Amino acid sequence: MSTDAVVMAVLVAAALAVTLGVALGWAASRIEPDADSLVERIDALLPQTQCGQCRYPGCRPYAAAIAAGAAEIDRCPPGGAATVRALAALLDRPPRPLDPAFGGPKPARVAWIDEERCIGCARCLPACPVDAIVGAPRQMHTVIAAQCTGCELCLPPCPVDCIELRPVPAVSLRYRQPRAA
Amino acid sequence: MAARSRFPAGLALDTHKQQACGTPIVELALPAQVVLALDQGTGYGAEPVVAVGAAVAMGTLVARTDHPFASALHAPLAGTVVAIETRAAAVAGGRSVCIVIAGDGSDRVDDGVTPVPDADALSPDELAQRLRAAGIAGLGGAGFPTATKLASARDRRAQTLLLNGAECEPWICCDDALMRSAADDVVLGALILRRAAGAVRCVIAIEDDKPAAIAAVTGAIGRRRDDALTLEVIPAVYPQGAERQLVTTVTGVEVPSGGLPADAGVICQNVATAAAVARWATSGEPLLSRVVTVTGSGVERPCNVRAPIGTPLAALIAASGGYRGTPLRLIAGGSMTGRALPSDEVGLTKAMNCVFVATRDDIGARLGAVELPCIRCGDCASVCPAGLLPQQLHRAALADAHDALRDLGVRDCIDCGLCDYVCPSQIPLADRFRDAKRRLDEAAATAQKAADARQRHELHMRRLQEAATAEHRAFEDVRRRVRQPGDDPTDGAD
Repeated sequence: MSTDAVVMAVLVAAALAVTLGVALGWAASRIEPDADSLVERIDALLPQTQCGQCRYPGCRPYAAAIAAGAAEIDRCPPGGAATVRALAALLDRPPRPLDPAFGGPKPARVAWIDEERCIGCARCLPACPVDAIVGAPRQMHTVIAAQCTGCELCLPPCPVDCIELRPVPAVSLRYRQPRAA
Repeated sequence: MAARSRFPAGLALDTHKQQACGTPIVELALPAQVVLALDQGTGYGAEPVVAVGAAVAMGTLVARTDHPFASALHAPLAGTVVAIETRAAAVAGGRSVCIVIAGDGSDRVDDGVTPVPDADALSPDELAQRLRAAGIAGLGGAGFPTATKLASARDRRAQTLLLNGAECEPWICCDDALMRSAADDVVLGALILRRAAGAVRCVIAIEDDKPAAIAAVTGAIGRRRDDALTLEVIPAVYPQGAERQLVTTVTGVEVPSGGLPADAGVICQNVATAAAVARWATSGEPLLSRVVTVTGSGVERPCNVRAPIGTPLAALIAASGGYRGTPLRLIAGGSMTGRALPSDEVGLTKAMNCVFVATRDDIGARLGAVELPCIRCGDCASVCPAGLLPQQLHRAALADAHDALRDLGVRDCIDCGLCDYVCPSQIPLADRFRDAKRRLDEAAATAQKAADARQRHELHMRRLQEAATAEHRAFEDVRRRVRQPGDDPTDGAD
């Protein structure tokens, strides 16, 4: 084997390495990693109660914080262990127990307004993150149970404490059984 | 007709049909009271249109509905509405609001019940509407409103009406008894349904273990001289009478996963439904009664009974000579897909084809059986009529692995129970799959609710933001007006 061929091979390999290195470096600086799609995917695993128990103003901000590495995945009591597991799987991290500092798991509940006591002050309306309370000033308010996420954010603004959380009304999710005749 | 290509697997079971089928249909005397569940077995209820105390005659409308999965209810006897309340009922969940009517012993008939002289002149749409008003629903076991099925068949231009006389489930023989005694009604109803469905052909399918019914229907078809009306004798294999499996056997076409028989060009109706349609056409009578098998080792004289809808099951059992021995379970339906009932006070529903009073002799083999680990013998896969892999599904169901359950086709499971039946480890597979399907439904509902909440939250935040900026802008406007250039702010604006 001639020396020329060896030198040639080394040069070609070196040139290739340099070219690819420059191309990759340029791509890394110019093409943003798709942060939004990661936030979307994390957000899709959160229960969307918008309750703020994670101390972020809603599920999406918490998802953004997780994506940015600013928050751990153990702050979502409504999602419970299942959500932590799903997040751990998505982010390829070990699952961990819920951090009790952010509250413990509770049974699913929905807000209910005692219409006898409601004075129609309308203060709970903007507090509801999912617009599940119907009402107007000096009119009776009521909760659309099917849309309430049980976040409890309507409780503090109520001046007469007429809102309470009740167990989710039994929804029949019927599976219609096909039969052989 | 295409060469017969049978659905995969299935199993010839011990049918236990001779017990009830020996004697002619017993016509039940009008009971003292009927309990009409608003939900007749589909999970969707009608709305009462009578109040407690109202006098009703035979055929008076007592509950109406616009829901495609619910059917209207009519008083099956003359008398008074004595209660409208939640009671035990033969529906999933075990309870439904019921209209209770006490009979007055008369045979007054509602003025609205008049023969339909022009059934042949009605358009398919009008026919379907009249059948809906008459409360006619599938009598084969699902109780699905006939008119809804007809409409979906017309939408998909199904060409074949397949009349289901297979009756494959052990113990049940009410369709057999009906075909033997009223074959002409079945054929007349079939022709009306064929027109209402916009179909061109009608095939009546009967399993080969019912020679008397086959002979009766052959005779009735012969009297009609209609080339597009044929009889197909099919092998007696469980679950031959399941809609999808029957379509495959008779037409050679497989109903697509997630689709309807109409996607394969077929609409299925039960033979008893056809007979009810004929009854309506000849007398104008809405669906007031049905034939039901009362059987099992727990009754004295198993038989088939024609009884008003709503008849308390205790009255049906009394008509069969009463209880015998130690009944263990009262089951609506047969031994494979039947559902245990809470008490014998529940009323007969349109969907109930059999009252099975089971003793230890009938169902004892599996009672108290200890579930053993799966040994992966594959017997379940070799009998599954839907071509699924129950052992794999079982692993996925235990792990609650939703994606795996979906990929393995748990939705195509028809709850026939054959995998349970053959499992040497006595694993309650069908139960597990039913539960898995429910969990999939729940997960889908939760995901939908979360998606809705997210959308509502986004709109809420956008609205708050807009309100904030609008308020801010208004404030700025005022401030600009107050501090006009050159003005001395201390003078005041006005």
